[in-house]
Amino acid sequence: MASLSLGSVTVPAGHIVGIVASHVPGLGGYSPHPWSVQEEQIIWKVRLARVALGMLVGAALSLAGAAFQGVLRNPLADPFTLGVSSGASVGAAFLLYFGLQTAFFGQWTLPLIAFVTALAALAVVLRMSVMDGKWHIETLILSGTVMQAFLGAVVAFFIAMSKQVINDIVYWLMGSLAMRGWAYPALVGPYVALGFVVLLAHAKALNLFAIGERQAAHLGVNVERTKIVVLVTASMLTAASVSVAGVIGFVGLIVPHLVRLTVGPDYRLLLPLSALGGAIYVLWADTLARTLLSPTEIPIGVVTAFLGAPFFYDAAAQAQAGARSMRGV
Amino acid sequence: MSTVDMTLLENDAGSQPQTVIRTEGAAKRFGSGVALQGISFTARRGECLGILGPNGSGKSTLLRIVSGVETPSAGTVEIEGRPIAAYGRKELARKLAVLQQDALPPVGFTVREVVEMGRYPYQSWLGDDEPGAAELVDAIMERLGLQPIADRAVDKLSGGEKQRVALAKVMAQQPQLLLLDEPTTFLDIGHQVQMMDYIKSWQREAGLTVVAVLHDINLAAQYCDRLLVLRQGKAVAEGTPEQLVRSELIADVYGTEPIVLAHPVNGAPQILLRTGVNEQQERAKG
Repeated sequence: MASLSLGSVTVPAGHIVGIVASHVPGLGGYSPHPWSVQEEQIIWKVRLARVALGMLVGAALSLAGAAFQGVLRNPLADPFTLGVSSGASVGAAFLLYFGLQTAFFGQWTLPLIAFVTALAALAVVLRMSVMDGKWHIETLILSGTVMQAFLGAVVAFFIAMSKQVINDIVYWLMGSLAMRGWAYPALVGPYVALGFVVLLAHAKALNLFAIGERQAAHLGVNVERTKIVVLVTASMLTAASVSVAGVIGFVGLIVPHLVRLTVGPDYRLLLPLSALGGAIYVLWADTLARTLLSPTEIPIGVVTAFLGAPFFYDAAAQAQAGARSMRGV
Repeated sequence: MSTVDMTLLENDAGSQPQTVIRTEGAAKRFGSGVALQGISFTARRGECLGILGPNGSGKSTLLRIVSGVETPSAGTVEIEGRPIAAYGRKELARKLAVLQQDALPPVGFTVREVVEMGRYPYQSWLGDDEPGAAELVDAIMERLGLQPIADRAVDKLSGGEKQRVALAKVMAQQPQLLLLDEPTTFLDIGHQVQMMDYIKSWQREAGLTVVAVLHDINLAAQYCDRLLVLRQGKAVAEGTPEQLVRSELIADVYGTEPIVLAHPVNGAPQILLRTGVNEQQERAKG
């Protein structure tokens, strides 16, 4: 609500409730309403859409992060581990460099191409890391890192070649939720919903992964299938959110971690709460991004990292201290 | 021991085929190296078969093949007369359980949550289990003395406690075949005996078949009915502990000649290591 109200134009809270209610079928239509047409436009077309997009992207990135950490059994894994974000970045950088960002499908061009290149990068990474029909965690992480480094160089090349002082590509890379309208949330929404259901269906298998792949196999988990389904689902979530909002770092790393510190390691709780936490976190980060230096916007990727890093350090330090006091040292 | 947990732990062993495992010429190659060459053995219902051999003899590879996580390069593995590959994953997990050395990493799950993980192969995808599962988990935890630490996180436990939790998880799986992969390696002697005694009494009650890779020849001779000895990927001997635990065979397989004595209480052959033999031989020569 605060996020809807604040901005370069401040809209009273009562008006917001009225505007939102008037768009709910059956509730709306009572006149006269006290808000102006501009207010309605700002709230419904711009801010609410932006809030929805931010929450969806936050949920997607946190879910993906939690899933990656579960399968790779590595708390430092993030949604970009398998090179998905750099894949999307190359697609976006290519379009921006040649000025093609609205060339083929209008406003859909950039997200669609970024999504396709993200999945292409993922496919190559999966292909590189398969050894006698099995995916080994180490080779997966290594292939992802190699892919990121390589595609990062490609993006850097595009940036270096472009003559602009304030570079569109750099801006895109830092992430933004601005000026997207309702089309983008509609694009990401189905992915988040589907990804959430698929990941939640694997929550128990992810719990067993925590005690080791081999033990999970001995308990009847189809380890190879689970690994691939979860990694591909998480990467699709990442690709969907990166292609509409750019690279918003840190969310997928810290949100699942904080949720884990609070509710423990059970993925049946961890996944839904990470989605929720990620949604809230990105919403707040975006509100700050819009309002802090208003009317200038700070790239949201910068805000998530600015907020996230100290918060993360503090949480980790407290967890350390807590663990130490429990051991009685 | 109450009668309740005994019935809970029992399975319908009587109506089942008597040969639980049969391998024919099971072999495994990794790249150019050969880990196992043509191992054939059977394990009968209710017996404890020990697998012995020095480091690198292929005993762990054999266990991985029998547990279904590795497929043999050649030969067959049958569980109760059916090829192991013909079993569904969860179906196999209801039949066969594996207890490894260092079985639980330091995770934040509580003891009870880990024991409940053993029920995974019985649960539907929504997480519904068979009726009586909660009572079964309670009975197992009671029996292994885990109730007082039920809500403690696994990463706060000692090595002995952790291994007992791992055993409880395996018991919750209600298997008919238990594979042990050196489960006592990281335990002190008190916990080693406790662990093997728990397994032995469970085996007797449930008619469980146990195949155990053991490092310790003395433990194997006391707890196993039969032994299979491997060296360099080949089976070199099979028989009872009394037949096999002889100083010549052990010298041949392990490269050190021990003293073999009968255990003063149960008569099982036990070995005493001879140290400094090489030095004495050097001195005799010089």
